Amino acid sequence: MSVLTPSRTGGTPVRPGAVKARRRRRTVRSSYNLVAGLFIVLIGFPVYWMVATALKPGNKALSYVPQWFPWPMTWDNFDAAIHKDFFLSSLRNSALVVVGVVVASLLLASLAALAVSRFHFRGRAVFIVMIVAIQMVPLAGLVIPLFKVLATAHLTNRIPGLILAYLTFVLPFTVWTLRGFIINIPVELEEAALVDGCTRTSAFFRITLPLIAPGLVATGIFAFIQAWNDFLLAVTIMQDNKDYTATVWLSFFTNRQGTSYPQLMAGSTIIAAPVVVFFMAIQHRVATGLTAGAVKG
Amino acid sequence: MAVETQAPRPAGRRPSAPSSGAAGGTSSRRRLRRASVPYLLILPTVVVVAAVLGYPLWKLFDISFRHYGFAQIVGGKAAPHNGLANYRAIFDDNFFWTVLVRTVVWTTAVVVATVLIGLALALLMERISRWARLLLTFVLIAAWSMPRVVATEMWKWMTDYQFGVLNYSLDKIGLHQFRSYNWFVPSRPLPGLILVGIVVVWGALPFVVITLYASLTQVPKELVEAATCDGAGPTTVFRMVTIPILRPVLVIVTSLSIIWDFGVFDQIYIMGDNVPDKAFWLMGVYAYSDAFRQGYFGLGAAISIVMVAVLLVVTVFYVRQMIRLGETE
Repeated sequence: MSVLTPSRTGGTPVRPGAVKARRRRRTVRSSYNLVAGLFIVLIGFPVYWMVATALKPGNKALSYVPQWFPWPMTWDNFDAAIHKDFFLSSLRNSALVVVGVVVASLLLASLAALAVSRFHFRGRAVFIVMIVAIQMVPLAGLVIPLFKVLATAHLTNRIPGLILAYLTFVLPFTVWTLRGFIINIPVELEEAALVDGCTRTSAFFRITLPLIAPGLVATGIFAFIQAWNDFLLAVTIMQDNKDYTATVWLSFFTNRQGTSYPQLMAGSTIIAAPVVVFFMAIQHRVATGLTAGAVKG
Repeated sequence: MAVETQAPRPAGRRPSAPSSGAAGGTSSRRRLRRASVPYLLILPTVVVVAAVLGYPLWKLFDISFRHYGFAQIVGGKAAPHNGLANYRAIFDDNFFWTVLVRTVVWTTAVVVATVLIGLALALLMERISRWARLLLTFVLIAAWSMPRVVATEMWKWMTDYQFGVLNYSLDKIGLHQFRSYNWFVPSRPLPGLILVGIVVVWGALPFVVITLYASLTQVPKELVEAATCDGAGPTTVFRMVTIPILRPVLVIVTSLSIIWDFGVFDQIYIMGDNVPDKAFWLMGVYAYSDAFRQGYFGLGAAISIVMVAVLLVVTVFYVRQMIRLGETE
């Protein structure tokens, strides 16, 4: 029962000791909540400041004494951002890219992660070392030759090309992280499924995959945000205005006269909003680990 | 899985694919098919990564042994081999060693802070009320979904010496030295490096907390209860039950943080107005500046290779542990 609603114990007589224990638990939880509140403010402030700036009229955004609340509030900056050229097309491009990257990376990575966590094969160590080492190479050194490769395959200025580029950087990460989740799933569960007549494939899809759901969500968020927020690869590979992704579109707010901060913040808020909404909708998948109760002994 | 765990295995690495074990009657064709399963599983990943990154990686390695400048990249001039000259130039440069040591110290501090705070927050999330957990998740996701360039601009602006809301607040709570405070003064680089560290930790926390929290949900409640019944206190439960289950993901998060923080670029570059003073250079900026601003691509490539080598040495402990982790199962 929830610690927050201690009064709803119904008509059952309550021992005084239990009341005391519950009260202590409640104080402990309140102090935890207080600490959490502190971190919420510290972590959230830059986000709040972005939204608040977007809601301020241009002349109020810059002031020596900070204006803590965006009052009077204005939607002008959002209006300007929405009517900026290529707003919709850039959002559409980003959405397509993200869907491609998330689906492909989770699919390919869960297979590869299964291989490295459940099988012993020659070259396994080499594969792991490669996966780890690739992530260590500074991106700046790879961009130009990467562009050449994609150009040879006629994939520049095309969404599949960008998906492919992100995939190569996201895959090592997803393989590596999913592996950490798979090795915590007892092999016995899969074996039990095999005994019950599952094929190996269906054992994977019916047993292992649901059990690593929290891991899939966590790595999926990573792949999503990586593809959604990248600037360097997007600006290199997509060179036509109409092919720009959302983060590259943000650079339209900077011109020779400087950056229009309130408008930039409005644009950033619009770009961040779908990510937040999407992940708040699926975040309970992280919280409700399906393993609870599945593993006995 | 059946093929994996049947016969007790010798301690050393096994020479090849799964033994037939108890399945004595299987034909060799079937055995071959089983042996090929892991290769089929990793094949798509290998193909994608090799097709796209194979050539760039080779190119980077190759030009680190060449004299490769603007004339070669734009003019298409031949790039002569110059052996180890690029590497020798780096190792002979005192500034390289300064930047390397600075980067190692900075990375250590930032990774320790990231992992400790991240772990604390993930554990905290299990213990707080539902509304607080939702709010914290919301804030983490929101911070994570701010495009990094924008987020860094935001931090730069919050710490602007004239308009910075952070400076203003620090002044108001009694730290008056932060009034009109310039964080990036080359003669005393520590505040600037600390600030960049804070920005990096802030940016990494969402990933670390959410991943560790997801991993915490894999800790079976029954195990915790059983341990508590056996008289284990919260510390013992944490040490003997939680940490072992968290370990694979903790290892991953830590080593990823090391890799990312060691190569940090955007935050320093943007907060230093796109021309960060040399006093604030870390390895990522160093490699980039040599390669692109000055046109020594060969040198930049060599620095990148050295960075990978350093990281491999640093993370070799983790990588070894990872390879072993799978094998002892």
